[in-house]
Amino acid sequence: MSRATFFEVEVLDAKTRKQLCFLDKVEPYSTIADIKSLVHKSYPRWYPARQALKLDPKAKPLRDDEVLQSLPVGTSAIMYFRDLGPQLGWTMVFLAEYMGPLFTYLMFYFRLPYIYPHPHTFTSSSLTVVTLACVCHTCHYVKRLVETIFVHRFSQGTMPLRTIIWNCAYYWGFSAWLAYYINHPLYTPPSYGNLQVNYAFALFVLCEVGNFSIHLTLNSLRGEGTKCRKFPRPTKNPFTWLFFFVSCPNYTYEVGAWLGFSIMTQCLPVALYTLLGFIQMTIWARGKHRAYTREFKAYPGLRMAIIPLVL
Amino acid sequence: MASSEEDGAADEKETNHRRRTRGALATAWLTFYNIAMTAGWLVLAITMMRFYLQRGTHRGLYRSIARTLKFFQTAALVEVGHCAIGIVRTSVIVTGVQVCSRIFMVWFITNSIRQVQSEESVVLFLVVWTVTEISRYSYYTFNLLHHLPYFIKWARYNLFVVLYPLGVAGELLTIYAALPVVRRTAVFSLRLPNRYNVSFDYYYFLIIAMLSYIPLFPQLYFHMLRQRRKVLHGEVIVEKDD
Repeated sequence: MSRATFFEVEVLDAKTRKQLCFLDKVEPYSTIADIKSLVHKSYPRWYPARQALKLDPKAKPLRDDEVLQSLPVGTSAIMYFRDLGPQLGWTMVFLAEYMGPLFTYLMFYFRLPYIYPHPHTFTSSSLTVVTLACVCHTCHYVKRLVETIFVHRFSQGTMPLRTIIWNCAYYWGFSAWLAYYINHPLYTPPSYGNLQVNYAFALFVLCEVGNFSIHLTLNSLRGEGTKCRKFPRPTKNPFTWLFFFVSCPNYTYEVGAWLGFSIMTQCLPVALYTLLGFIQMTIWARGKHRAYTREFKAYPGLRMAIIPLVL
Repeated sequence: MASSEEDGAADEKETNHRRRTRGALATAWLTFYNIAMTAGWLVLAITMMRFYLQRGTHRGLYRSIARTLKFFQTAALVEVGHCAIGIVRTSVIVTGVQVCSRIFMVWFITNSIRQVQSEESVVLFLVVWTVTEISRYSYYTFNLLHHLPYFIKWARYNLFVVLYPLGVAGELLTIYAALPVVRRTAVFSLRLPNRYNVSFDYYYFLIIAMLSYIPLFPQLYFHMLRQRRKVLHGEVIVEKDD
């Protein structure tokens, strides 16, 4: 009777091709995650999240849940290692990205020293639209923080440090820039007065509620386990009826909310931020839409990616 | 059956022919473009030399070549299009950054801020640009005609080692000279309050532009150095993958 054969795994550096470690007596049903833990033992500073193991230096990294014996290797496998750099968990990433704009905006709202000319330090604007804008902006980011902590479930574990720094610079920088103008002593309120402010505010609130509803719907979709793959459908909540028309209504609502904010404040930097966000979210939405249509044969034909009937 | 196979083969021949025809058209256009640009920059060089030899001073030199310079430098925007549609195998971003920085210097510094036109730094970067562009465009021309004299190749891949830093120095000095004028006249600037609640201070923009040379210039310079090693010495460079 033959015993189950053990595997040998040789881990080489993808760039220098030097041997990093040699693992023998590896169980055939070990996963890539197990291999990474074994590498981590020899190299304590390379925790599993920052390892990328591949069967070929130019190939895509192997997934953590892949089993050794299902890979196209003999009993003696060679894997190429790449250090992905310091990684941060998704939750930490989003907390860092969202805390910044939240507090930066408030710094400008309360006119902390050295931002505006001296006589205006610690004063506040007499205009209601400025206070309303502060409330909207703050609630938007509080909602995002709440969602990050309680609602979202992230698929991949981590994100590289450089990406996080760029993202934080973008979010923090832009919110500081637009907060500077909205809370400036020389801020000009919208041309059409309260009518413009009220309608734009209504749009903002509706889109925020819509965005939240979609996140809850997507979350419940994930909850039923990753084995059966389903695509999101409209529910009894009217805000989710946008699913009849678009694959990613969360992005649609996000753009809508920022559009409302731009009109409410009549501030060009906010409009620019909305435009850039729209471009980025359209790219994501189209990718997601393509993935859905490829995966599900009966995917609704009426649905577009982000704008109903258009895009 | 047999007839459909023939049709299939005929279709394939047609697409191959179409691909080669498009290649010939693109090559013809590129050859024309590069010859025209070489000629243009040669005209610029000769005009500048004649001016200096006749007048003995650089005052008024810029005004005498301003129109020609603006025409040929702006025409370089077309090269971004070449990269975008793929008839030239260079990164759109690298070309875009190079062309944009040139357009910026010509239109938003020397053209708009009259006071810097008599600065020596302007002559410096004009000379650098002229020599660089003549060697670059003639290199492309001869390459397309499959008849490249070694000295053109040598010029293109060696002169930049000295010219590039000199050009950057000329540009930075010119922007620096423009700063007090910009501060005083607030050209291209937008102040608060205004209806769209935005402001733009060209003065600080210029300072940021000057600072941006610090990360950008070394990257472009080392990119050219790597190209030089590959072309002149046939070295195989292992690219760093991100």
